[in-house]
Amino acid sequence: MPVRHSGRWVVAVVVAFLLVVIVHSVATNPRFGWGTVGHYLFSSRILHGLLVTLELTAVSMAIGIVLGIVLAVMRLSPNPLVAGASGFYIWFFRGTPVLVQILFWSFISALYPKLSLGIPFGGPELVHGNANSIITPFLAAILALGLNEAAYMAEIVRAGIISVDEGQTDAASALGMTRLQTMRRIVLPQAMRVIIPPTGNETISMLKTTSLVSVIAYPELLYSAQLIYAVNYLQIPLLLTASIWYLVVTTILSIGQYYIERHYGRGASSRGNETTLLQRWRSGLMIRHEGAAP
Amino acid sequence: MVRAEEVHKRFGRLEVLKGISLEVQPGEVMCLLGPSGSGKSTFLRCINHLEKINSGRLYVDGELVGYRQQGDKLHELHDSEVARKRAEIGMVFQRFNLFPHMTAIENVIEAPLLLKRKTKAQARQSAQQLLALVGLSDRADTYPSQLSGGQQQRVAIARALAMEPKLMLFDEPTSALDPELVGEVLDVMRRLATEVGMTMIVVTHEIGFAREVGDTVVFMDDGVVVETGAPREVFANPRHERTKAFLSKVL
Repeated sequence: MPVRHSGRWVVAVVVAFLLVVIVHSVATNPRFGWGTVGHYLFSSRILHGLLVTLELTAVSMAIGIVLGIVLAVMRLSPNPLVAGASGFYIWFFRGTPVLVQILFWSFISALYPKLSLGIPFGGPELVHGNANSIITPFLAAILALGLNEAAYMAEIVRAGIISVDEGQTDAASALGMTRLQTMRRIVLPQAMRVIIPPTGNETISMLKTTSLVSVIAYPELLYSAQLIYAVNYLQIPLLLTASIWYLVVTTILSIGQYYIERHYGRGASSRGNETTLLQRWRSGLMIRHEGAAP
Repeated sequence: MVRAEEVHKRFGRLEVLKGISLEVQPGEVMCLLGPSGSGKSTFLRCINHLEKINSGRLYVDGELVGYRQQGDKLHELHDSEVARKRAEIGMVFQRFNLFPHMTAIENVIEAPLLLKRKTKAQARQSAQQLLALVGLSDRADTYPSQLSGGQQQRVAIARALAMEPKLMLFDEPTSALDPELVGEVLDVMRRLATEVGMTMIVVTHEIGFAREVGDTVVFMDDGVVVETGAPREVFANPRHERTKAFLSKVL
């Protein structure tokens, strides 16, 4: 009955009209400088910036995931001091803005002009050097992003660990495995199903967060664009160029995340993550069957 | 093999074990019976230190469980020492607790390999033998989710045996099974008792199994041992009212 859908039609027309207005304005407003965008989209400086952004994302996420797992295991430790230290870390790094943390690491030489490795409290020094030359902008960036990410990853991993049935730990303990062996071989592999989807989210988020590193003049994607428009004053086209690349990469990551989630989500509660094709096919049939039921 | 002296266990303010004393000889099959909440499973979990006891003494093979005695004081053992002791005691759980991300044979070889008891070839070979013992040779490469409850429990028994334990603990091994699958698991346990001569402590509601396979029956209620004896005597002439009441419900 057409009458019932009249409201829907009105909304659709309004939305379509607004879309046409926006597209028309974006396409015809010369200040967007689409020609300039096309010119810079594949320029070597922008592409280099993109590469640095990808590198920062990958390294920071790697630090975040590894340290996050360590922190999560510590957080669940029966030793209150160990659990407390992890809790403090998470509290501190989640509680301060990541932008402030980036600035902090880049100014670390003001706090510790000389860095050294050795035995503290007057013991001999093994290596030492100038903080300014050791903590390069790249190191400051990955330290800030990675250490911050670890706090978030710790909570994600902890949720995954808690999601694994306690009977699994009982069984592993009863077989004579230590706490760490149980964690590594039994609990973490099963926690993956819960851990993977939000980790994909974090990666996408990290890609965009790396743009904050522009404040310490490290030429990732955004700062590369800024360096160019600092000279030619074409701010809008260059910001658009950077944005297009962020969109392209987040789109690719989202597609990847979809497939990974589908892979792990399919497992159902009783099924492991090493599903064979046959198991997949079977569970697919079962899901469809359930969906067909009234 | 196992000696308990005045074992007490509290969860917060709730006292679950109120002084359990008993003894299990090598090769003996002891069946723990009693209503739910009587502390049977908790006591079983204390034997391999999955639960810490609050007071009393618990010995397995002459050694204190989970603690080291120095003078009058007890010191709790380190995680790795507790783990080493636990490896000598097999345990089978009500809900099987197989590792779902591993096939049947991977479940069986995991602990011997991880704890470096065997080479991969040795572990696989003895795992095949164990799976044959529980009648599942043809299911070695199957994941737990594709096995029936009875099959999962039999794999769990093989997994526990892979560590070559000197004592096996069974925590209501058939309570989560469909009635038609109970028999296959009890058969494996019966063979373990009669053919292998394994020392076993079995928490169960299967009176038939206790009567046939058990050397000793222990009736527990409300955190205490009410009655102990040979199955024949306890089932035929229960001396305590509580045992009578319980048996009249389950027999």
